[in-house]
Amino acid sequence: MSEIITAKNLTKVYGKTIAVSGISFSINRGECYGFLGPNGAGKTTTMKMIHCFSPMTAGILTVAEMDVRRDQRKIKAIMGVVPQEENLDPDLKVLKNLIVYARYFDIPVKTAEERAVELLNFLQLKDKMNSKIGELSGGMKRRLLIARSLINNPKILILDEPTTGLDPQARHLIWQRLRLLKKNGITMILTTHYMEEASQLCDRVAIIDKGKILIEGEPKKLVNDNIGTEVVEIRLEDENQEAILEQLNEFNFTYERAGDTLYLFSNNGKELLHSIVDVKHTQLLHRPATMEDLFLKLTGRGLRE
Amino acid sequence: MTIFKIPDISWRAYRVWQRNRDSYMRFYKANILGNLGEPLMYLFGMGIGIGSYLGLIEGVSYMEFIAPGLIMGVAMYSASFECTFGAFTRMAEQKTYDGILATPLNVGDLVAGEILWGATKSLIGGSVMLFVIYVAGLMKTSILMLLPMLLLIFIIGLLFSSLSLTFTALCPSYDFFNYFFTLILAPMFFFSGIFFPLSNFPEWVKTASKFMPLTHAVNIARSLLSNMAHSSLILSTLILIVFTVIFSISSVNLIEKRIIK
Repeated sequence: MSEIITAKNLTKVYGKTIAVSGISFSINRGECYGFLGPNGAGKTTTMKMIHCFSPMTAGILTVAEMDVRRDQRKIKAIMGVVPQEENLDPDLKVLKNLIVYARYFDIPVKTAEERAVELLNFLQLKDKMNSKIGELSGGMKRRLLIARSLINNPKILILDEPTTGLDPQARHLIWQRLRLLKKNGITMILTTHYMEEASQLCDRVAIIDKGKILIEGEPKKLVNDNIGTEVVEIRLEDENQEAILEQLNEFNFTYERAGDTLYLFSNNGKELLHSIVDVKHTQLLHRPATMEDLFLKLTGRGLRE
Repeated sequence: MTIFKIPDISWRAYRVWQRNRDSYMRFYKANILGNLGEPLMYLFGMGIGIGSYLGLIEGVSYMEFIAPGLIMGVAMYSASFECTFGAFTRMAEQKTYDGILATPLNVGDLVAGEILWGATKSLIGGSVMLFVIYVAGLMKTSILMLLPMLLLIFIIGLLFSSLSLTFTALCPSYDFFNYFFTLILAPMFFFSGIFFPLSNFPEWVKTASKFMPLTHAVNIARSLLSNMAHSSLILSTLILIVFTVIFSISSVNLIEKRIIK
């Protein structure tokens, strides 16, 4: 597989804050690559450097064999961007938004109109063609942003938190559409803090925090290698947690204590369960390990403001 | 200095101009009325109301005296409103600039498009005003003078668009535009010689007035429309062009500094 984006020691410094601290990664053609990280981890900054909005402070960043410092217009011409912050043009109606946006890419009016209608269909917005932007719901706006990002038939699609704040219906529709796009060969880079989104869409993810990549790989493999396949969650008092851990010391597992919950990570949750059924407990949950377990293990449980 | 770095501008500025035109066309009637209501009242209200008590000023009637300057005033205010409130809304409120910058356009194209659009607004307002003045018989020179007049209106539009954008780039919020309008534009409107000659004012007022671009525009307009002699036509034109170039460059660099982080 050929690389379409390559970053080496990519660094971004704002004043005295280091937002991205010398990260290296490469993204293959047709791949969906996700950046996961808590707020302020450097996800959006990385995305902005890729789509030539923020100039990088140091390092190397090439997109489709072009240098982001030199060929910005050419890079942006083959890219679609779905920003985190909605920036549709409120002065223009839905269809007009797409047509005016197509004009920035020098797409002839006729082609633009056809493509715009096609995209509105694809994102189930055809009924809203003549609506004002202010009349759209949050989910519709996000879908329109996705339609807009596709107007130039991009080779690379940048999605900065594409489903944050949306209801499950809208989220699942967007996931479906993004999977279809991926099937058609588009390269996607997305940031999210929904672990399920990453598992649903991404071939590979990088978990980043404080401007550094902590771990990178296929979601499932990352979880299995670092957490195990299963998790047993037990909700009970602090003092009883000790007792359970003592009981289980013959088994092979790792654990984490967080407030009123004890997490046991293992490849064989059943044997753990059998040994703890007789213990007095309030709540017990046996489930497969997820990206979220790995994410919390790596980035900690402290709040990020 | 980064404020005066030579900007990278391409023909794509036209795309921004088109975007603004499309947005403007929705409410063009209200827009034109808003532009012209006030200057027309100045022209006929003051022209007749005050003018009837006055004799000739420097050889022309009062209405003829104020007409050319009022066109310049319209040109100045049209561009300035567009490139302060209008541009600030697009930049800070609607994030339209961020959307545009995710396409092959860069900041140079974006700002150049805004300046061209601001000048177009001046041209719209100024030429309607010019037409009214022509029809009212207040033009004393050949009809051929309309052409350089339109060019002058456009240059004033470019000048005040770029000056306004420079200010907009530095403005934290809408409230700060009060400084711009009351401390910069209003004194210019008043002391550029639109309504009265400055000959009876103290020397320092006259000197200050010479540093105002609008003063030079008013003098040129007067010589074009009312055939009133202006000794330094070329120098005045040159001053307007130099102002325009300087503010155009500073506006691109300051807007870039503001939005690209």
